[in-house]
Formats: sequence, structure tokens, C-alpha cells
Amino acid sequence: MKLKTLALAGLMASTSTMALADDVSIGMITTLSGGGAGLGIDVRDGFMLAIAQSGRDDIEMIIEDDERAPDRAVQLADRMIQSDDVDIMTGIIWSNLAMAVIPSATAQGVFYLSPNAGPSPLAGAGCHENYFNVAWQNDNLHEAAGAYANTAGYGNSFILAPNYPAGRDALTGYQRMFEGDVAEEVYTQLGQTDYAAEISQIRNSGADSVYFFLPGGMGIAFVRQYAESGVDIPLIGPAFSFDQGILGAVGQAALGVHNTSQWSHDLDNPTNVAFVESFQAEYGRLPSLYASQGFDTANLIISAMEVAHPDDADAFRAALEAANFDSTRGDFEFGPNHHPIQDIYVREVVMVGDVLTNVIVGTALEDHGDVYAEQCQM
Amino acid sequence: MSAALLVEQLLNGLQFGVMLFLMAAGLTLIFGVMGLINLAHGSLYMIGAFAAAAAAGWTGSFFLALVAALMAAAIVGALVEMLVIRRLYDRDHLDQVLATFALILIFSEGTRFLFGSLPLYIDTPDLLSGPTMLPGGIEYSKYRLFIIAVGLAVGAGLFWLIARTRIGIQIRAGEADREMIAALGVDIRKLYTMVFALGAALAGLAGAMIGPIQSVEVGMGEPVLILAFVVIVIGGIGSIKGAFIGALLVGLTDTLGRIMLPQLFGMFMDASSATTVGASLASMSIYILMAGILLFKPSGLFGGQS
Repeated sequence: MKLKTLALAGLMASTSTMALADDVSIGMITTLSGGGAGLGIDVRDGFMLAIAQSGRDDIEMIIEDDERAPDRAVQLADRMIQSDDVDIMTGIIWSNLAMAVIPSATAQGVFYLSPNAGPSPLAGAGCHENYFNVAWQNDNLHEAAGAYANTAGYGNSFILAPNYPAGRDALTGYQRMFEGDVAEEVYTQLGQTDYAAEISQIRNSGADSVYFFLPGGMGIAFVRQYAESGVDIPLIGPAFSFDQGILGAVGQAALGVHNTSQWSHDLDNPTNVAFVESFQAEYGRLPSLYASQGFDTANLIISAMEVAHPDDADAFRAALEAANFDSTRGDFEFGPNHHPIQDIYVREVVMVGDVLTNVIVGTALEDHGDVYAEQCQM
Repeated sequence: MSAALLVEQLLNGLQFGVMLFLMAAGLTLIFGVMGLINLAHGSLYMIGAFAAAAAAGWTGSFFLALVAALMAAAIVGALVEMLVIRRLYDRDHLDQVLATFALILIFSEGTRFLFGSLPLYIDTPDLLSGPTMLPGGIEYSKYRLFIIAVGLAVGAGLFWLIARTRIGIQIRAGEADREMIAALGVDIRKLYTMVFALGAALAGLAGAMIGPIQSVEVGMGEPVLILAFVVIVIGGIGSIKGAFIGALLVGLTDTLGRIMLPQLFGMFMDASSATTVGASLASMSIYILMAGILLFKPSGLFGGQS
């Protein structure tokens, strides 16, 4: 036993000296198994595509699966920071995991670039100079949906979300922008799979629009049951329930639904056209918004590496802040709290050939930041 | 609340109730006859759903998919009984819980290995898709009506099987005294395998029928399993009649609670805290129901004295 430990220690010592001093080591903790694995896989694939395309060989990647469990994510983060000595961390999908990992990672001097989760504390009072969010602040897509509902002429929305912090934030975000009335505000159980009772309420509510935030399997179940019920009040959702990864499962029921997103595969800029084409060539499927977020995150890191090594923290941070990279979203810049200021689009689900996908039909919000930025003091 | 909404919600509760009955019937039979706590019952539900999704993908026919789900769950159930469960009858409940929990993990990972992590979906058959108009101008999903009809038919079939057939007599006798019926020359091992496969087939049928309205994914069975346990505790362990009444009670309480409690709290609270408190209390409603019933009937509504 003792011999084994010694050998292990020796092995670890030798691997940690193997990496050259000026290599940049990136730790990615993301969800690769269990419910929600599709999101993490897309972030990883988008990220690795950008790394491969950059042709750089001075990036060392450590990729681990958090199984969507906060304690596991914390363990992995501790190991990456303390034993593997990573310079940069990224990858977390879920806000509760992000809250468990990011504050301690940035406090230990590691850069963290979030490719998805954007919980409000990290955008406001809990912001940190080493934390960057490359995707969105959590409220953004919901605010955009509220703004879209105004322009679409809706005056009375039925709103629905699971009873947990991100669900309540979602409905708050929608109501922050929506100027009409709220017919009913309904909270469901997290993980609920049958929405018959809520759909009957919607049918009898007299609303002219339905806004819902039901990530993952909950959204699939809701939309399929909604279509089946024959209720014809238009649905509005954030991109999460209508993204490429789950449109196949939602099926025809999603056709015609409007949803809000900061990215779409048909955004017409050269970076995005090249990204969609190369992602399809590499992985044989259309990229999702998560893949685009992973791709952008990697390109942002690479652009900052052109300027400075993360060991030179101030110069590297300044290079990240400059966001001098070609984003799949076109224009991209950071606000004062290191969260994006960006356009958010309205997409509609359509059938192209025999594949369900989204096309952009309008812009909901232009150069949109978040309301928490003013609470952030770096 | 309008009358139309109330009828619609009652139908929703009924549909949820008969679904739970299909799960709970097998669970209660297996517990009643063999004294076995089978945590892996939810996995059989999942197997039914995956078998249906696979068969629907190959054949394009929903009704063949239902048959495939029944067969797959029954076969897996029979195999599991012969290979694993048979060794557990004489052990105490803790061993049974441990072993069947291990089965959950094995089935979940095995299914993920075969089908991957992404959810599958089953299309509603054309015949049953969309809404239909009920008397009184109430629009309701045809597919949910189909689930209610199948659930009630299966319930009637089970009552007939238990009350009127030779196998039913053996099952009831097995519940009462297993040594005695073995002594009377009934092959108790075969009977056990059969009961287990029957319970498994019902769970598989439930999983397959729920496929078109929800997503088919690994781990879908466990939430339903918990509710099914609540049902059999309310109904009285071992009683099919109890499982039926219990399932309908749980289905209706859950559905109506979700709608009415937030409205009830809305009468004396501001809207946003009423919805939060109401929604939280609604998710507890069935457990409160269970506690209330156990207070007056400690062995459940139709439980024996044992």
C-alpha cells in the first residue's frame, strides 16, 4: 500500500513537471452524463472545436464530468486548482453548481469563464475581477421574451416556471420588461413531468399568450402535452426549451413557437457561418446555442493568450475585457461586471427539409446588459 | 372556477390516478403475495417506455409498441425474479431494499449504455392525437381519454383475474398462507414468477402509455415509484381494490391541490406569495393525505390486520 502511494506520488510529480512552464492549462468541469448531459457535451464540443481550429499546441485541457452534482463539482475544482494547477477554469452549465464553485475558484486567483450559467449574485454584489460570463446573465433571455411579447402585441400573459430560484428569476425577468397584464403566475414542481392541470388552467385563463421557463425534460413534456391538448394560445419561451439539442424530442409540437436567444445558427456573420459548417462537418449534427457558447469561450481565451499569459494576470484580464475575438454572435462586448452586452433575437421554430430548427425573425433587445451591473464593485 | 375547468381537472386527476394504479397494482401484488419490497419496479416502468420507444421507431406502430413494452417488461420481470428476487424471499426487508436498489442502478446504467443519455420520444398515434369534444362543450385530449379507458379496463381485468379465476384463487391463497398452498400441490415458484411478471408487465404498460406525453429517459421511473408506494400505503398493502381507490385519491388530490391551493391562499395573501406557498403546499398534499388516512386506518383503507 505504502509502495503504491509512493509510486502514485512520483507519477503525479512527474506529470506536473511535464507541462512546459509557458503552457496554459484549462480545467473544464461540465455535465457529461445523466440528465442534462446534452448541454455539457455541446459546450465541450464547441470549445474543443475552437481549440483545434486555433492550431495551438500550448493549451493543456483537463475535462471532467460533474454529473450535475454540486459536491462533485466542488471536489473536481479543488483538485484542478490545487493539484493540477490550472490557470483558467470553465464549463459549468447549472447555476447552483456555478455558485458552489466559482467564488472559491476566483478567490484563489484562477480565471473563470462561464460558458452558460449566469446567476445574478455573480453579476451583482458578488462579481469578481477574474470572473467572466461569455453566455448571458440568467435574466437576459426572459427579459427579451417580455420585450418580444410587447412588440407582438400581447397584453395578457399566463406565466409558468418551476418553483426554484432560477424559475422565480425567470418570471421576474419576464415581468421586468412585459408591459401587459399577467393572467396567472403559476409555479410547478421542479422535475414535474405532467402538466395536464396547468394546461387546463391555461385553457380557461383567457390569456392571449403563454410564457414558460421549463428547462430540460420538463419543457419537452410541457410542449408535447400542450400541442396534444388543442389549446391554441401562442407559446413564448427562452431558447432553452427549443434549442437544437431537444427540438428532436419535442417534435412537431414545437413548430411555430417563438423563443428568445442571443445566438442562432442562421445568424449571418462570417464567423458563425464558418462555425456552423465546421461543427456539422466535425460532429455530424447542427450546433446548439450551448455549442456556440463553448466555441466563443474558447476563442475569447485564445484571443487573450495572444496578448499575455494568464500568469501575467493583469495583462491577461485586460485582454479578456477587450474581448478582441470574432464571436459567433457578431458584436460582442463586456459590461462593467464582465457580463455580455449583446443583442438578443427572437427565433421561430420551423421545418427545414426534415429537420426542425430555428430561424431568426426579429431582434428583441439591442445591446442589452443586465440590471445587476450597478451593484458590482470590482 | 368554472364547471368546464372543474370537469377537465377531474379528468386530469382520473388519468393520473389510473396511471398510478397500473404501477401500484403490480407493487402491491408483489408485496402482498411474496412479502417483497421491490424498489426496481420503477425500472420496469422505464424498460416498458424504452421498449415502446424502440419498437415504435422500428415499426412505426404505436399499438405494436404497447405490445412490445408489455412483453419486454414481463420477460425482464420474469428473468429478474428467477435470477435475483427468488433468493430474497426469506431475507429481511433491508436486504430486499439493498438488492433491488442495486437493480435500479444496473438497469439505469444499462439503459443509458444501450440508448444514450438523450431523451427519446414516442409519437402519439394519429387516431388518438389532438383533442376531442366532450358533452357539455369540454375539449379534452383524446390520448388522455385513451389512458383512462385502458387503465379502467386493466383494473376490471385484474379484479376478474383475482376474484374469478383459478390463478386468482392461488394468488389470494398465497397471500394468506404460502406453506399451505405449497403443501396443496401448487407450484409456488411458478406462481411467484408469474405474479412478478404480471406486475412487471403492468408497470411496463404504464411506462409505454406515458411515453407519448412525456419524455422517455433514464430515471423516469423513480418519481412514479415513490407515488406508487404512497398509493399502496394508503390503499392497504396487498389489496388491489385498495390500490385502485388509493391511486384515484392520490391522482385527484395532487391535481386538484395544484390548482386550488394557490387560489385558496390568494384569498388572504398577496398574489406572488400565495402562488409560492400554494405550490409548495400542493407538492406536500398527497403526503398529508397519506398521514391523515394512516392516522385513522393505520394499515391503510383496505389493509388486513397483519
